[in-house]
Amino acid sequence: MSGVRITDTTLRDGSHAMAHRFTERQVRDTVRALDDAGVPVIEVAHGDGLAGSTFNYGFSLTDELELIAAAADEARRARIAVLLVPGVGTVEDMRRAADAGAAIVRVATHCTEADVAIQHFGAARDLGLETVGFLMLSHMVEPDMLATQARIMVDAGCHCPYVVDSAGALVLEQASDRVAALVAELGGDAQVGYHGHSNLALGVANSVLAQRAGALQIDGSTRGLGAGAGNSPTEVLVAVFDRLGIDTGVDLPAILAAAEEIVAPYIERVPAMDRSSIVLGHAGAYSSFLIHAERAAERYDVAAHEILAEVGRRGYVGGQEDMIIDIALELARP
Amino acid sequence: MARVPVAILGSGNIGTDLAIKLLRSERLELTSVVGIDPESEGLARARELGVATSAEGIDWLLDGPARPEIVFEATSAGAHRANAPRLEAAGIQAVDLTPAALGPFTVPVVNLGDHLAAPNVNLISCGGQATIPMVAAVSRVTAVPYAEIVASVSSASAGPGTRANIDEFTQTTARGVELVGGAERGRAIIILNPADPPLLMRNTVFAAVEPDADRDAIAASIEAMAAEVAQYVPGYRMTAPPQFDEPREGWDGRARVTVLLEVEGAGDFLPRHAGNLDVMTAAAAAVGERLAAARLGAAA
Repeated sequence: MSGVRITDTTLRDGSHAMAHRFTERQVRDTVRALDDAGVPVIEVAHGDGLAGSTFNYGFSLTDELELIAAAADEARRARIAVLLVPGVGTVEDMRRAADAGAAIVRVATHCTEADVAIQHFGAARDLGLETVGFLMLSHMVEPDMLATQARIMVDAGCHCPYVVDSAGALVLEQASDRVAALVAELGGDAQVGYHGHSNLALGVANSVLAQRAGALQIDGSTRGLGAGAGNSPTEVLVAVFDRLGIDTGVDLPAILAAAEEIVAPYIERVPAMDRSSIVLGHAGAYSSFLIHAERAAERYDVAAHEILAEVGRRGYVGGQEDMIIDIALELARP
Repeated sequence: MARVPVAILGSGNIGTDLAIKLLRSERLELTSVVGIDPESEGLARARELGVATSAEGIDWLLDGPARPEIVFEATSAGAHRANAPRLEAAGIQAVDLTPAALGPFTVPVVNLGDHLAAPNVNLISCGGQATIPMVAAVSRVTAVPYAEIVASVSSASAGPGTRANIDEFTQTTARGVELVGGAERGRAIIILNPADPPLLMRNTVFAAVEPDADRDAIAASIEAMAAEVAQYVPGYRMTAPPQFDEPREGWDGRARVTVLLEVEGAGDFLPRHAGNLDVMTAAAAAVGERLAAARLGAAA
């Protein structure tokens, strides 16, 4: 039976929806439940990756290295992954995460800027880490261009570049065409992954098409906990792949229990396909801008969805959360 | 008027842009642009500007008949590490535009006066030149326990050196925010944006301040500093007045001041969107002016 490897990012992408306020208790409980369910990879970090705890992205309640160490301590079978965005986090941060127990590093760049990660893939391999490459906002370039960028990552030491739909903007074939282009470019040199968001309700459907196009790694988040309208829910991915006879190695009743009994109770803000999230997907704006836009909307008395539509028009990329203040000020001007 | 002879090491785009700026100076006499590739377009451009050139690198500069008093290093961190001791031994003052970080960190408008006699003056990073003045503008009014800068530059203006070692940018700039900006703890973030046409360089400076700090005085200090920087970087401006936010969860009880900056390049050689590179060459030229004035003053 063919299969996919599920990476659960409740404790990383979910950090956005939690305003980066995870406690060690929540992390331990979540990791134990996911590990019991057979989830093979669990990502833990600030939502914007290692060292993302800043004014620009929001300060973490708990030092992420403590959360990573707690996760590694709790996991029996699962391996702990971390996210690193070059320009925000550094090789030094990666080294500290590895010391705390991370086994996989996922290095994220904008989909046209893969070469800034060459340094980090090299360092990761030297540290003996497994590597994933995150091509963020993959909808912004055509499949062949994306494949060229994936090749740069693989040549630098990346085991599995991902098509990352950070904006939840990809619609069906737009996702699978990109995965297929990466598979064609990389052949046997690397695996290909897919990371979906539900802003346009297509995270799971796109993941199925991605798997059919050759993706071997798929991301999900329990209860969809993540930026924007949230990620493809891990428990739905497991149920859907089971219906299709595609092995995930994850036990369905156990992942349903983890989502329902462990994660759902601590979620204060349930990601939803509300106006702002749909605008994110439609305008192609980075999903984690959502909460920042809502804050700026309140502060300057403007509409969050109008800020997000403008972000999309101007072509701001992941990490430019500060530009939201700029747009809000402009919208507020009489 | 007497002028101080200077040279540029490095014939890339930065070297060319700097050459155009230095040729406008009344105190500096650009005597040569030195590279290592005879086919270099930068050397050809320098010759067109009427400047002597050599493709024989630092050896030519040190062995040549007319040694400069000041050398602007627009090569790479590695090249400058090799060149710096030789320049110093020859008694030539170095203005370092590379990330080598050998000499004291210098921002013309903040601390150049402290380093006029330093054998090697380091310009930190493009993001540092653009943002550190604003951190200093806050810290000269009130204590800044933490400051953070976010520099967004167009992908087209981020060269291979920056891309190969982006950590060097974040770490060096963060150190500059502390050492020169006066923040107790500094952070720096850089984002590359591939939009076409390219976006102008944008910078945001966040500084934590006590909630009861004198906000009018902080705002006035920031406005004054922006005007001072704009004297040598004409395209340097704030897109809005300084923003003050009350303490939020996670801010350790502190308020926040935000400065939103835009840097449009002068378009001397580099394109206007490359404000990040212009701020560097403009800072280097400003440093050169001050060093020359000090030398001419001392000789007078």
